[in-house]
Amino acid sequence: MTWDEASVAERARAFLAEHDPAVMDRLEFLRARFDAGLAWVHFPEGLGGLGAPRGLQAVADRELKGTPDNQPGRIGIGLGMAAPTILAFGTEEQKRRFLRPLWTGEEVWCQLFSEPGAGSDLATLATRAVREGDEWVVDGQKVWTSSAHTARWAILVARTDPDVPKHRGLTYFVCDMHAPGVEVRPLRQITGEAEFNEVFLTGVRLPDSLRLGEVGDGWRVAQTTLMNERVAIGGTPSRRTMMGVVAETWRSRPELRTHDLHQRLLKLWVDSEVMRLTAVRLREQLAAGHPGPEGSGMKLAFARLHQELSGLEVELLREDGLAYDDWTFRRPGTVDFIGREAGYRYLRAKGNSIEGGTSEILRNIIAERVLGLPAEPRADKDVAWKDLPR
Amino acid sequence: MTLLYTEVEEELRAAVRALLADKCSPSALLDRASRTAESGTPYDAELWKALARDIGVAGLLIPEELGGTASREGGASAREAAVVLEELGRAVAPVPFLSSAVLATQALLTAAGQKARGDVAAELLGRLAAGETTAALAVSFAASPYAPPSPVATLGEDGTVTGTVTGVIGAEAADVLLVPVRLARSAKQGTGLCAVEASPAAGEAVRVTPVTSLDLTRPIATVSFDSAAARVVATTDGMEAPWVWEALVRGAGLLASEQLGVAEWCLTTTVAYVKERRQFARPVGSFQAVKHRLADLWLEVVGARAAARNAAARLAEAPAGGPLGDDAAVAVAVAQAHCAAVAVHAAEECVQLHGGIGMTWEHPAHLYLKRAKADQIALGTPGDHRDALAGPADLPAPV
Ligand SMILES: Cc1cc2nc3c(=O)[nH]c(=O)nc-3n(C[C@H](O)[C@H](O)[C@H](O)COP(=O)(O)OP(=O)(O)OC[C@H]3O[C@@H](n4cnc5c(N)ncnc54)[C@H](O)[C@@H]3O)c2cc1C
Repeated sequence: MTWDEASVAERARAFLAEHDPAVMDRLEFLRARFDAGLAWVHFPEGLGGLGAPRGLQAVADRELKGTPDNQPGRIGIGLGMAAPTILAFGTEEQKRRFLRPLWTGEEVWCQLFSEPGAGSDLATLATRAVREGDEWVVDGQKVWTSSAHTARWAILVARTDPDVPKHRGLTYFVCDMHAPGVEVRPLRQITGEAEFNEVFLTGVRLPDSLRLGEVGDGWRVAQTTLMNERVAIGGTPSRRTMMGVVAETWRSRPELRTHDLHQRLLKLWVDSEVMRLTAVRLREQLAAGHPGPEGSGMKLAFARLHQELSGLEVELLREDGLAYDDWTFRRPGTVDFIGREAGYRYLRAKGNSIEGGTSEILRNIIAERVLGLPAEPRADKDVAWKDLPR
Repeated sequence: MTLLYTEVEEELRAAVRALLADKCSPSALLDRASRTAESGTPYDAELWKALARDIGVAGLLIPEELGGTASREGGASAREAAVVLEELGRAVAPVPFLSSAVLATQALLTAAGQKARGDVAAELLGRLAAGETTAALAVSFAASPYAPPSPVATLGEDGTVTGTVTGVIGAEAADVLLVPVRLARSAKQGTGLCAVEASPAAGEAVRVTPVTSLDLTRPIATVSFDSAAARVVATTDGMEAPWVWEALVRGAGLLASEQLGVAEWCLTTTVAYVKERRQFARPVGSFQAVKHRLADLWLEVVGARAAARNAAARLAEAPAGGPLGDDAAVAVAVAQAHCAAVAVHAAEECVQLHGGIGMTWEHPAHLYLKRAKADQIALGTPGDHRDALAGPADLPAPV
């Protein structure tokens, strides 16, 4: 059937009539919501969706507002990166195994991409996966792995053929974070806490059924993940509340106001309004079936706005800006921009232009793919990975 | 409401763009600019005639019943006018669209909406819509909607206008000058809007003196009236002149689309140039220092399009002649605060990334820089528009 606003809303209301969140167990409710196709309506039926247009998700969310949610902040990597990749490249069996507990938050995911020697140039990564019968044996080291300490599963890219150029010798896997040989060590970051980790993989054995996509096709699969990652980071509407937080401080502390800060704050208010309108226009383009290149810029714009706003807030606070809420070493499962104080927001926002592709890399992408400017000359294209200078 | 372009808007754009490509090439503009730098007006009367009469752009904001094409039911609106301005900005076309079809027209529409002397306004609007007559609003182009100037001309007891207005755009091209006036007729205070015909017959009574302007393609002039015969279009008892405010604020909202057009031309032209131009055995556009600047500029232009479209859409929803709502006023201020700066940045990058050629009179980049910089001052600076947002955004200034 073809879905529209009315029929999705109807579906959601019918679901609520059958499932009363007030009396149901939270997890049972979420599982039932998934089974009713109201998790992500654009996914296929049976996999949490209805095969409806993506834009109709807002209708489902609106109708189910106030019911238990799956704590999207805690499972962002699963929702934003793992799920779309599994949907695009997974086998039927993999989709059925992973998507439901991913969406309900029963299983947290992490992303084992970055390595000490491979960040922006992800395709140089060195973690090896060697085939032994029906299994792969993985050895290597990953870094900056957010949520590895709470994750049940990981998406992993590893090198399966060192004799071909770097983009061609990669394969994409789902990694069992409970498998022997997986060791997670916290990495304390500038905020004092440890959201991310180092992950050491030593003789980790993964069955071939955990491979996602073809052997040697890992780069293409990873592209899907990375594209979705940028949308997930730049496009989440709730992020805009940073403007709201700073505005609140401004309103409640008139004694802190100065003319200089007023000018800068108004400029950032305009910037956030322009960003909102750009996102509105992008959504309209998507709904009309003409995706525009605007999406490529959203994460870039978001990072800059977040950083400028959080920096201004600390300055506005003067003496209070000299204090920090808490340096205790902790290992949180989420990023809490709004719950923590100005100093934390300022420091954590620095990551927005690094995580999920740096702003420099995004500018390269816009310049080359949107504006069509020539790529820089490169020496690594036709050289086998094992012969690259390191 | 949508921020996308409709099919009708795209057709209008195509027609305007084709005409401009034919009649208003960069080299023709440069020729004209060189000639006018020494003497004369840069206005291209023939081009304006074709735009106003053949394509009908002069009547886009004028309601159907007054001879234009604007209507609530699918006719033209501020959205179409905005698309025309995008194209005119992209070509820095020397035509009085903004001065006549937007500013003067809007002042008349507001006056007509005040009913009192709607007949004069209606008659003038009819002439404007037909593209037969061109008008100018005798108010400084630098006036901010948030501090509208009080009238500097006076309407005498004998029905003639006297006074001098500086910084007026579109005056040399105008057949009719619309002058905000102070009423000197009675003891009571009041202001009005007068129409003065600027035909040669007016002789010394109406003088339009061009000023050497920063913007070569849209000059300013000083307009003097010395007991000039006038018709009263509207009057009000107070000192607030709604026609001036409405013209300035709506003009500011639409100016954002012109600025978008200027910025787009600068970006596209610069991208094309750095792909071609080679230094150090590579196209200069393959250097990251250049690529990143253009990527940032692209992002600014993307934002400018969203903001300018939003302003146009909000203005289209606010009926002609009626007062502007809060949402529309915010949309205008956001668009001006953003787009003015983007146009200037784009034009400055255009000059810089063209290197030496960008600094020459032969390359059209300077025409865009001059237009962008003048537009930044026009109808409120970005700072004026940001200040105006303090109230609606509930971000009060320090006391
Ligand atoms: C908070 C946070 C969470 C993260 N979570 C995860 C995670 O869960 N899983 C995961 O796999 N990774 C994660 N990352 C890693 C992140 O993806 C990388 O840090 C990022 O891609 C950059 O790589 P790098 O740190 O090695 O920097 P490098 O690539 O070494 O870059 C160093 C500097 O050089 C610049 N640079 C590099 N190449 C170019 C170029 N071609 N042109 C111009 N400039 C260039 C960069 O922009 C940067 O400024 C996280 C990072 C952060 C900050």
